Amino acid sequence: MSKSTSRHFIPKKTITVLAIILSFVSFMSFASKDATMKKTPNQKSISKDSLESVQAFMKVYDVLMHPRCMNCHPKGDVPLQGDDSHLHTMLPRRGKNGDGIYAMKCKNCHQPENAPGLHTPPGNPKWALPPADMKMVFEGKSPRELALQIMNFNKNGHKNKEKLLEHARDTLVKAGWNMGEGRVAPPLPYDEFVKAWDTWIEKGGYAPKAK
Amino acid sequence: MITLNINTKTYNVDVDPNTPLLWVLRDELDLVGTKYGCGVAQCGACVVHLNGEAVRSCVTKVSRAEGQKVVTIEGLAEKHDHPLQVAWQEVDVPQCGYCQSGQIMAAAVLLRENKNPTDADIDAAMSGNICRCGTYLRIRSAIHAAAELQRKTT
Repeated sequence: MSKSTSRHFIPKKTITVLAIILSFVSFMSFASKDATMKKTPNQKSISKDSLESVQAFMKVYDVLMHPRCMNCHPKGDVPLQGDDSHLHTMLPRRGKNGDGIYAMKCKNCHQPENAPGLHTPPGNPKWALPPADMKMVFEGKSPRELALQIMNFNKNGHKNKEKLLEHARDTLVKAGWNMGEGRVAPPLPYDEFVKAWDTWIEKGGYAPKAK
Repeated sequence: MITLNINTKTYNVDVDPNTPLLWVLRDELDLVGTKYGCGVAQCGACVVHLNGEAVRSCVTKVSRAEGQKVVTIEGLAEKHDHPLQVAWQEVDVPQCGYCQSGQIMAAAVLLRENKNPTDADIDAAMSGNICRCGTYLRIRSAIHAAAELQRKTT
C-alpha cells in the first residue's frame, strides 16, 4: 500500500512546477506563432517596399551625381563646371547664402534664362549653390550616404516629406534638363526622374545598404 | 520701347528686348566706358551695376534692366572721384586700360560690402576680371588704397 501509494504519489509542488513549465512552453509556442503570423506579412511588405524604394533611388542617384546636378553640390566652396566637373573657371565662391560674394555673385553672369550659344552661362532665376550652413554636398557621396543625407531633415535644407516631393518639381532642379547648348543631359528624362524620386520617397525613402 | 534708368537719367530705347545691355549702352546711348571683351561673361570688361550688383552686361538682356537702376563707369561718381578712381590714378594702375572700367565697377561692389578687405578678399572678389596686361598687383594695391581713402572720408 505504502509502496503503491509512494509509486503513484505526485507531490503538489511538482504539479505546480510542471503546470508552470507547461504554461510557459505553451505560451512561448503561441507567442512565437503569433509573432510569425504578424511578422511575415509585415516583413514581406517592408522588404517589397524597401526593394522598390532602393531601386528607384539608384535611378535618382545616377541623376544627382550627373554634372548637371552635382556641379552645384560640390564638396568645396567653388562650384564645378562642365561635363567633366572641373572647378568653375574664375573660382567663384559659395558665400554665406550660396549666391556668391561681392562682385562674384552667381546671378551676375547666370541670367534668368540660358544665354544663347556655346560656352555661355546657363541660367535660371534661382541660380545658386546651397548655403554655407547646409552645403548638401553630392560630390563624392556613395548611394547610401546621399540617400541618408537627403532623408535627414537636418541635412536636406529642412525638407519634410512633402517638401522633398515638391523639390523634384522645383524650377532649379528642372533646369538640369534645360542645360543650354553643348551640355550633356542627365541620364534619365525629367519625367522618369520625378517618378523615381516619388517612388523612392513614397516607398519609405530607404537608403541602399553599405557595401 | 524700353525705358531704362542709367546713371540716374531716364532713357527710352527702341531695341529688341533680347539685345545685350552692353550694346544698348555703347551703340544706342554712347556710354562707351563699358567695354566689350569676350561676349560670354568670362572676362569682366563689361561689368556695370544693376541694382548695385556687378552684372556682366554682355550677357544681360536689356529687358532685365528695364525699370531697374543701372550704373556704368560714367555714373559711378558724379565728378569721377570715387575712391577707386582716385586710387587708380595714384597707383597708376592701367597699362592698356581696356579692362579698367570693369575692374573698378567690380571693386566698387567689394568696397561697398567690405570696408577693409584683405588680399584674399580682393583676390576672391576680383577673380572674374581679367587684365591682359597683368596689372593684378597694382589693381590689388589700388583697392587697398581706395579702401583706406574711403575709411578716411566716411
